[in-house]
Amino acid sequence: MSDALTVNDLTCNFDVSAPWLNRVIERKPRQFVRAVDDISFSVPMGGCLSLVGESGCGKSTVARLVTGLYRASEGEVRFAPGKSGEPLSAQMIFQDPYASLNPRWRVRNIIAEPLRELKLRNSEAEIMERVGELLKIVGLAPSDGAKFPHEFSGGQRQRISIARALAGEPEFLVCDEPTSALDVSVQAQILNLMRKLQDEMGLTYLFISHDMSVVRHMSDRIAVMYLGRIVEEADTETLFANPRHPYTQLLLETIPDITHPKRGRSIAASEVPSPLNPPSGCTFHPRCPFADARCKSERPEMRSFADGSRAACHRIEETVKAINAA
Amino acid sequence: MTEHLSSAVLDVRGLCVEFPGRHGTVQALSDVSLSIRPGEILGVVGESGAGKSMTGLAVQGLLEPPGRISGGEVWVGGRRIDQLDDKQMQQVRGRQIGAIFQDPLTSLNPLFTVGAQLVETIRLHLKLSKADAKARAIQLLKEVGIPAPEARYDHYPHQFSGGMRQRVVIALALAAEPKLIIADEPTTALDVSIQAQITSLLRRLCDDHGTAVMLVTHDMGVIAETADRVAVMYAGRLVEIGPVAEVLKNARHPYTRGLMGSIPALGRRVERLNQIDGSMPRLNAIPAGCAFNPRCPDAGPRCRKDRPEPAQVGTGVAACWLNAGGVL
Repeated sequence: MSDALTVNDLTCNFDVSAPWLNRVIERKPRQFVRAVDDISFSVPMGGCLSLVGESGCGKSTVARLVTGLYRASEGEVRFAPGKSGEPLSAQMIFQDPYASLNPRWRVRNIIAEPLRELKLRNSEAEIMERVGELLKIVGLAPSDGAKFPHEFSGGQRQRISIARALAGEPEFLVCDEPTSALDVSVQAQILNLMRKLQDEMGLTYLFISHDMSVVRHMSDRIAVMYLGRIVEEADTETLFANPRHPYTQLLLETIPDITHPKRGRSIAASEVPSPLNPPSGCTFHPRCPFADARCKSERPEMRSFADGSRAACHRIEETVKAINAA
Repeated sequence: MTEHLSSAVLDVRGLCVEFPGRHGTVQALSDVSLSIRPGEILGVVGESGAGKSMTGLAVQGLLEPPGRISGGEVWVGGRRIDQLDDKQMQQVRGRQIGAIFQDPLTSLNPLFTVGAQLVETIRLHLKLSKADAKARAIQLLKEVGIPAPEARYDHYPHQFSGGMRQRVVIALALAAEPKLIIADEPTTALDVSIQAQITSLLRRLCDDHGTAVMLVTHDMGVIAETADRVAVMYAGRLVEIGPVAEVLKNARHPYTRGLMGSIPALGRRVERLNQIDGSMPRLNAIPAGCAFNPRCPDAGPRCRKDRPEPAQVGTGVAACWLNAGGVL
């Protein structure tokens, strides 16, 4: 299977310096946050890759870099040619369906905007016909187009966002936490809809989430991010069955499980360090139960394994070496 | 039954809350009854707008006017509190009932140090000297797992991370050794790895002090791992209440079953999640009979006509005609 999206050595720095006057008076240097630090991944055509991690790990920044909402400091984002021969067209679904729809526009105008802007339909009648079709695809009635966003519940609003994203006839959808603002029963409706659309339209998804159970349901492949770096990437089943990186293990360990509640377990009392001043070497070392001197000084390289997964950890590397030597 | 009720820390009987408005009165809570024993964690779950936070607020006497308790009784530690005036309620809050809210940043005052806020709360409720109050504050910070509590005592809330701030809020809630803690979505604003730390802290404190906890959350996973019993709410009504393991594995109400099925499982992968079609009715347009009947796969004529009463089923209580037997 060919790749729909290839991301190579992507880095994004944000300038978070104090205002000029403060810098001069207080003699502070400029300050940067490396939100995304040299990451590479690819998404196969028609598949779904998920980026997971805790808040501040840079997953949403990657989504915005991919759709061109932010400019990368270094590296490249390359879409494969689509059906038309042009690079695949991408659209984005945002997290908060309350903030991402203009409250003063009628729903039909919200959905028609990409059609008008990209000149996908010629006449007003054709545009409105397409809007009606799109509303039906996402499970709303064409007559809902005359309403305003505030007349809909959170789940229905997210359906409208999906209809708007589909209006641009994308072949690639970037979904930034599309269900985290929704209740579980509504989340199930939206996830089912997204799966159905993927099957029917052959869409490729880049899915961003912090919820491991949602990610497991949606994706073929998962990349785990920590402080701007990908620490592990593997097929969904492989990752859940055999998490290699200690951070992935920690993440899986801490998810509350309904079928097998893990009561009374001990949790390491540590938190994510500030991205402003990330730890040296492997950024996970202050929280890692296996960290040694090498982890504190040397950044681990990404290493590929026979089952197609990748992980960046000194310990895994050493274990493999020890096995090979024996 | 009576003995059980008298030993309960919190006993809510037939609680109704209404919001009079220009377009008629909205019934936000309708006939909610539940009780929590010492050292027990009762999880309250439901979708947004189901009335789970409203229950917590009504118990604490914190309803926003014009909202008011229109029926039922609230008993805390053997004393009826729903008829107390504002001044008496202030004594109850903090001393008898501790509160933990969702967002730890907005529930702490950014202008005062964490220590000052703790000392203020402690001295408001307990007769302690300044020095003793400070010692107790440091002891509390230590108990909730904040490293170097003596140094952290003088820090401001913005100097703490989200998880640490929530620990401070928990310390504040514990300050006067209340019998009951109402925790409204205490882990929702936190990352999963921190979430687990906070829930296990709550569990430990509950066991150590015998505090009863009402844990309001929309996250079934948190309930499964923390609570002893769980109450499921829908459209301002209690649909099911029972021991956690029983409700999770063997739910007696179709809504609870639908809710469980819609959660993506970690263990196995399914092509399609079980979904409950439609959405919860608005509180001013609750259908006649059982509030869940338009979405229920098993609804019959009786469900559309009569409201089911909560009834004992197995080890729990559920409000559904299906359990009553006979013709629907």
